Amino acid sequence: MKEFLELYQSKEQGFTITPDMFVDIIHESPEVTLPPKTAQELREYTSQLTFEKLDKPAIIIGMGTCGLANGAQSVYDAFQEALKKGNIEAMLIPTGCVGYCAEEVIVDIKLPDYPRISYSKVTPKDVPTLIEKTLINHEPLREKVLGIYSQGEKNSWGDLPEISTIPFFKIQKKIVLENCGVIDPENIDQYLIKRGYEGLQRVLKTMTPEDIIASVIEAGLRGRGGGGFPTGQKWKFARQSSGDKKYLICNADEGDPGAFMDRALLEGDPHRVVEGMIIAAYAIGATEGFIYCRAEYPLAIKRLKKTLADAERYGFLGDNILNSGFSFKLKIKEGAGAFVCGEETALIHSIEGKRGMPRPRPPYPTTEGLWGKPTVINNVETFANIPVIIRNGATWYASIGTETSKGTKIFALSGKVKNVGLVEVPMGTTLRQIIFDVGGGIPEGRQFKAVQIGGPSGGALPESVIDTPIDYENLKEIGAMMGSGGLVVMDETTCMVDLAKFFMTFIMSESCGKCIPCREGTKRLYETLERLTQSYKNENDPEEALLRFQGMVYIERLANVITTTSLCGLGQTAANPILSTLRYFRDEYEAHLYERRCPAGVCKELLTYKINTDKCTGCTLCAIKCPAEAIVGERKKAHYILSDKCTRCGQCMMTCNFDAIYVE
Amino acid sequence: MQSSENIVRKAVKKYGKGRENLLPILQMVRKENNYLSEDQLREIATEMDLSAADVYGVATFYSFMDMQPKGKNIIRICKTITCFMKGKDSIVTALEDALGIKMGETTPDRKFSLLEANCIGWCHKGPAMLINDKVYVELTPEKAIQALEEYR
Ligand SMILES: Cc1cc2nc3c(=O)[nH]c(=O)nc-3n(C[C@H](O)[C@H](O)[C@H](O)COP(=O)(O)O)c2cc1C
Ligand code: FES
Repeated sequence: MKEFLELYQSKEQGFTITPDMFVDIIHESPEVTLPPKTAQELREYTSQLTFEKLDKPAIIIGMGTCGLANGAQSVYDAFQEALKKGNIEAMLIPTGCVGYCAEEVIVDIKLPDYPRISYSKVTPKDVPTLIEKTLINHEPLREKVLGIYSQGEKNSWGDLPEISTIPFFKIQKKIVLENCGVIDPENIDQYLIKRGYEGLQRVLKTMTPEDIIASVIEAGLRGRGGGGFPTGQKWKFARQSSGDKKYLICNADEGDPGAFMDRALLEGDPHRVVEGMIIAAYAIGATEGFIYCRAEYPLAIKRLKKTLADAERYGFLGDNILNSGFSFKLKIKEGAGAFVCGEETALIHSIEGKRGMPRPRPPYPTTEGLWGKPTVINNVETFANIPVIIRNGATWYASIGTETSKGTKIFALSGKVKNVGLVEVPMGTTLRQIIFDVGGGIPEGRQFKAVQIGGPSGGALPESVIDTPIDYENLKEIGAMMGSGGLVVMDETTCMVDLAKFFMTFIMSESCGKCIPCREGTKRLYETLERLTQSYKNENDPEEALLRFQGMVYIERLANVITTTSLCGLGQTAANPILSTLRYFRDEYEAHLYERRCPAGVCKELLTYKINTDKCTGCTLCAIKCPAEAIVGERKKAHYILSDKCTRCGQCMMTCNFDAIYVE
Repeated sequence: MQSSENIVRKAVKKYGKGRENLLPILQMVRKENNYLSEDQLREIATEMDLSAADVYGVATFYSFMDMQPKGKNIIRICKTITCFMKGKDSIVTALEDALGIKMGETTPDRKFSLLEANCIGWCHKGPAMLINDKVYVELTPEKAIQALEEYR
């Protein structure tokens, strides 16, 4: 058997398999329904797919974009060549990303009757050793071992740790990401064998649309795209809206700086997202759907195309899905680099072929959406939660998480933290656990300063609040929001005023310009911050100083106006980075404002360059290099910097061979 | 202008005249020469029975719809938060020096354009950039310049 689809074509005597039996047969005991020969073939094929029974070794290489970017292709090629040269029989299997991005390239080797063993940071140079040690001599290459996945195999690798016990994975709960990095995302059969499309089969056979909606409401799933609106409620509104045609949209426009969960899901387990969408379409009564994916994610788009084609071939998409009479068509729409298109009404305009500008709500898309028809729009991760809710039940799902926020959340961990990558934890986990237990803390012996959660619409949180259990409500209370799930960790080298300024630049350039508070207000906010970080020729110019103070006096009032009067979420949350940094790092603002200095040493124009007279040898190099002639001194004697001439270009510091120049 | 007529017609034929196909059509036409000319926009408008202003308005809204002639290879460096923290400025300087152009410009031989992009989803491995569809991560000035060699 080459693929499950052959089951349909099985021509054994007196036997036909209809689409509605298909998924059950794969998941349950095939002997009951199938003739012996086909059942036997199916069993063999299945055990190959799960690597339970292997007749030859399997080499599984993490080839998500992540792995690829770290050279997974050359590792793959090296294996291919070495196997051919040595005449060794083994299967080479590409897979997605397990999320432990700091350890890429990850190569797993599964030998018959041995637990799957996982190696990290593999380079082409390691390939011959891996083949010789593990494939031929059945020994682990200890210095590269990450861990093992045991499934009760006969033989053991000795004292190697289970993957689930190593710190990075220990407190994680992989529900949505369970297949990422484990299966080949381009192989529909590998998804099927992980109980894929079982949820779809179940809803089509045994549940009414109302049952599904009730179940999603009971599960307590809330939108993962930022707002946290209860998904079941949204579906219910759309279901109840009258209309001859309804649409379903998957929001894959993930544009928050610091977020890459949706990309990883689309690249690592695209069928899960698609299955979630088909179930949603059935629940709300949509016949047509779109996946709106940003152009910055070429691999995700490519994988999605294959996924849709395969799902259609297998009868999970298209007309009369699994013989149920329900039809659903799904198309991919590619974005074109506009952040605001992640906002649902803007996204709808973009699909309609217009400028991607938001419009006021209500009416909400659930009553008036795409082409004026009732439309449900959900995030990638939201859809990816659906199959498992159907499969394991709403009660099970609702048992995970906190009172108001159920299930798990995927976070994208980046910045100044040791283990970067994707992290899936139950709601209610604390930020400290994520940053210090999973993330391994701050590298280079530096101090944790803040974590930016939720991108430009979220907030920067200091150490004093990172013990708060994460859920939608708690985060709002401490001045941040869930956002999409990007976590950017910062150490003491980050200036919080500079950070706020950075996000204002972002919002300012991404504001679509339709409403005035957002278009003009963000610009004014930016200017206020800029005045704080800029130095003027004459520091004592009363006019400038006045503007600087005035800006700060009014900043909170202005922020408030923008928040309450903007048209869409972009403007309504635009001031958050400023408000949260003002709340937690007011002293830094004050240092910039009153003392005209940047405590983190980032805001260049506020720095004072000085020479350590003990270290300076008087070599004159810096004085020669200085374009502003701001350095004076006699040869072989310590030099000085004239601060009113200094332009803070930093040339002297780069030139000095004796480390004698420092900034304050 | 023969070839540009062809690509516009081809695109309209492939996707259809419906308004919702404007974006895919613009994307396909842009891909041909890595930019959209005003002539092409006017042609698209005629073919699709839309006003030229309407088409222009849509095209200029999206940052990936380049309206200036661009090089054969488009470099998009992430300018966003993590890459910024990880030192994307030094990468920009290195590329500017290596290519002899400034950010936003195109080399005289039309081989490269150097542009900035919003977060491209590689924050954990910043600084990151895209050259056409390929991602380059954990850049150092040397790695970035080396990456250019693949396209020389
Ligand atoms: C400026 C802006 C950008 C947004 N970007 C995204 C995004 O990239 N992905 C996403 O799923 N939701 C995004 N949203 C939220 C969507 O408007 C919408 O609430 C969400 O897709 C609903 O899905 P959910 O209920 O599953 O969360 C954005 C909202 C705003 C205001
Ligand atoms: S911040 Fe650069 S890729 Fe996300």
